[in-house]
Amino acid sequence: MSQSPLNRSRRHFLAHAAGASAMTIPALSLGNSLLAKTTELRKNAKSAILLWMDGGPSTIDLWDLKPNSPSAGEFKLISTTGDMQIGEHLPMLAKQMHNLSIVRSMSTREADHTRGRYYMKTGFVPNPSIEHPTYGSVVAHELADQVPELQIPPFVSIGNSQLGAGFLGMSWAPFNVDSNGQIRNLQGLRDRKRVNQRYEILSLLEQEFEKQQRGSAATDHRKILSETLEVMTSTQMSAFEVASEEQKVKDRYGNTNFGRGCLMARRLVEAGVPFIEVNFGGWDNHQNIFPTLRDTRLPDMDRAMSALVEDLKERGRLESTAIIWMGEFGRTPRINGNAGRDHWARAWSVVVGGGKFKQGIAVGKTNEDGTAVETTPYTSQDLMASVCHALDIPLKTTYQSKSGRPMKIANGGKIIKDLFA
Amino acid sequence: MVYSTQLLLQKTVVLSALSVTLFAFVNYLTITTTHLPLLVHDKAKPTLTTFEDNKEKNLHQSIPQVKEINNQISAMWEEYGLSPSPYATDGEWCRRVHLDLIGRVPTVTELREFLNDNKVDKKQRLVEKLLSDPAYEPLFAENFTNVWTNILIGRAGGTERNSLTNRQGMRDYLYESFLTNKPYDTLVYELISATGTNAPDKENFNGAVNFLTMKLDEDGVLATAKTSQIFLGLQIQCAQCHNHPFNDWKQEKFWELNAFFRQARPLRRFEPGTRDVTHVELGDQDFVGEGSTPEDAEIYYELRNGLLKVAYPTFIDGTTIPRSGYVSDVNRREELAKLVISSDWLEKAAVNRFWGHFFGHGFTKPVDDMGPHNQASHPELHDYLAVELRKNSFNLRELIQWIVLSEPYSLSSRSTRKNKTDDPLLGEPPKFSHFYIRQMSAEQLFDSLLIASEAERSRGDRKEQEQARNRWLRQFVSAFGNDEGLETTTFNGTIPQTLMMFNGDLTNAATRLQGENLLNKVANSDMTNLEKITYLFQAGLARNPTRSEIGIANQVLNARDGDIPATMQDLWWAILNSNQFILNH
Repeated sequence: MSQSPLNRSRRHFLAHAAGASAMTIPALSLGNSLLAKTTELRKNAKSAILLWMDGGPSTIDLWDLKPNSPSAGEFKLISTTGDMQIGEHLPMLAKQMHNLSIVRSMSTREADHTRGRYYMKTGFVPNPSIEHPTYGSVVAHELADQVPELQIPPFVSIGNSQLGAGFLGMSWAPFNVDSNGQIRNLQGLRDRKRVNQRYEILSLLEQEFEKQQRGSAATDHRKILSETLEVMTSTQMSAFEVASEEQKVKDRYGNTNFGRGCLMARRLVEAGVPFIEVNFGGWDNHQNIFPTLRDTRLPDMDRAMSALVEDLKERGRLESTAIIWMGEFGRTPRINGNAGRDHWARAWSVVVGGGKFKQGIAVGKTNEDGTAVETTPYTSQDLMASVCHALDIPLKTTYQSKSGRPMKIANGGKIIKDLFA
Repeated sequence: MVYSTQLLLQKTVVLSALSVTLFAFVNYLTITTTHLPLLVHDKAKPTLTTFEDNKEKNLHQSIPQVKEINNQISAMWEEYGLSPSPYATDGEWCRRVHLDLIGRVPTVTELREFLNDNKVDKKQRLVEKLLSDPAYEPLFAENFTNVWTNILIGRAGGTERNSLTNRQGMRDYLYESFLTNKPYDTLVYELISATGTNAPDKENFNGAVNFLTMKLDEDGVLATAKTSQIFLGLQIQCAQCHNHPFNDWKQEKFWELNAFFRQARPLRRFEPGTRDVTHVELGDQDFVGEGSTPEDAEIYYELRNGLLKVAYPTFIDGTTIPRSGYVSDVNRREELAKLVISSDWLEKAAVNRFWGHFFGHGFTKPVDDMGPHNQASHPELHDYLAVELRKNSFNLRELIQWIVLSEPYSLSSRSTRKNKTDDPLLGEPPKFSHFYIRQMSAEQLFDSLLIASEAERSRGDRKEQEQARNRWLRQFVSAFGNDEGLETTTFNGTIPQTLMMFNGDLTNAATRLQGENLLNKVANSDMTNLEKITYLFQAGLARNPTRSEIGIANQVLNARDGDIPATMQDLWWAILNSNQFILNH
């Protein structure tokens, strides 16, 4: 472990609380030194962006089409700038595929939303006795040290992450924001001195209760207080203001929740945030899948995701930023009676790019009708291990759960070798 | 009097502490003992279970179910070498039972009444008051309406555009049911078999229909899954597409249960000339079956390999009903409702859920996923309470009374060296050797902040308050929009929630020095400073301030140049934002 959440929190806490003598120093102004600093962030700081397609996207209609089989949907293949063909309704992404790679040989076992989401986002199958940390918490935990000046929470989830930090503790929980970038209740009392005094009383109340051995919820609460105070006072929070971007940039990403979310993700990467998750739902297409994909999901996704890749590349950030596109599972090759596709975890695709990933290739192969994987099958653990590797996070990293059980990062998954040069 | 020694002690220590740190400002302090009738003594810091605690325990054990809970829970302590924590202080217990039963913290008046009561049966009387005193019954009903509305239709239910759920209709039905102490099996029967209109202002209104109106799309998959999960504690939704991976639910079980919902029809009624749904009428119509033979109305489901299989209505225990799809021959939902309420999973699921409500952890985790794959922490006690619930005609108030008068519910949330390993957050099954702290629900927080600001009187009647609460709650909820009807809340103790507590409207309203507001009245009253501070601590935290807390209040007073109302305001803000306020302990 590079650092414990406790240490991180304590450092932040001390930066504000300034000790018990606060009351005797009238000019003590909260976070003054922090406010003054417009920090030059390290250019080589690593980040990851997870584009989460909630509901289970039909990868057989996007990334791994089966035009001449009974599974073929209504969509045709188009050529790309990478070494693969993709679905015709992703024309803008087709021009960015030299920056992305498809893994077509994902094979998992969890085909219901809750279990599938948990498995894909943590690398572990759900277990009632323990809560595992999600991708963002793990990556934030490992990379938070690289930008010590960062005052934005290290794991930002745009559009509400459904999973949290698990046994890593509340300090690594996602900071959930809307894609409009407006953070509710951010504005507090303007009288800094008074805020300070209130915070002094609060700190005392917190500490007294915490000392009484009433469990971790009390400790977690105190940590969150100091982080909240930081969020309230930091100028870095302007990274959330997507509306301040030039109109032509906003148009390039698209005036949609997902578009604004992707644009915000780029701004947060530049601010040094190690992990950003952008949530885009509506992929649970049991009915009328083709018009739904063609008219609503794919246009928004195509525009926003291609803009993100292009923009990161132009700004020289793609080499330090890993991108992951995935959902809980894929969808059935068979088209059901309601012109939809149901859940299918046995053979499906994810997309990665940036970071140390080899780009412009398709890894793995499914059979003729897309029902099974023909090459080495990959799991959630393998994907997570590969993402860690792409970010230079050592796979020997091991955590201890609250009960003291050792847990390997990425659940001991193996790197997908073809994704690396 | 009992309280004076404690306060005198505080006074001396505070003054001596100040003489070191604050020398010049002692003149702001008017701590005296002259106006003390307001203050009462709460049992001091728990150390050992006292003679009084034992008397009280023995008294409660005259209720046989309480005795059995105590016996079985303590047997487990022995087995695992755990010693229970001492009893919670009266103030802590009082706060806890108010939060769990009526969904908000006690007022200072309520707290003092309880603390001043010296009779050994005072806990029992408080529980009775909260459950059935005409002044409190509505609050009790409202609290469980909040809880059960979220269980039955989710936090987002009824807020969707053109929703088929009428949230108010659901609430009205539940409120009436809890107010009249409707037996739980009757409640469940009505929810499953209800027909009528879903909106309170429409003819033929029956709010119970709102449980199902929006779950009947896609052949009633959600109705099937939720009925089983909520009322039987069995999660069979995985079996929709394949045999369940961990237990013996076969795919056919899901579809056989699903077949019971095929006569149900929610009919949308529109605003004339528009496509806006005004209300929905739930009824049952003849089901011709997917093979068009209504006298033998079957359904089909698809196996993994693409083959179709046939299913007829069959309950989870294998009981079948006649196959006719004609409502005049057999009303499938009524048949299902009868089977559900005669199944013993019903009482097991109910006991598990209510136990979980009061202890933060049920006998299984989650409470609605029981079965051989998920071993209960106290299987015998679970079964015993289930049997007792049925024996006592599914009287929920009885069940609640057994639980809150039990020994484990009266324990302190402070763990000791001899029970700190009992922590369900470490993945251990709960042993209930100390009370597990937990965050208030969003509804509890809202209602507690209203009480803490005494702003509730200006907020209108029950309906208006409900609407205000719903508007406020909406900021935390988002639905996933998938076929499991799942949703998520950001009311989870992270930064956005803390920002809301720091700077949000409710906190601003509670900490305003204006009008009929509690803070304003206290700050500008003729109480002494110590009494004011004590009042605020009792209002927010159901306890008296400690020496160091009085000390820091004095420091703030000094920093604010003796401005007492402003000091009280800062103190009140800190109290409301503290872990002790937002945690149920």
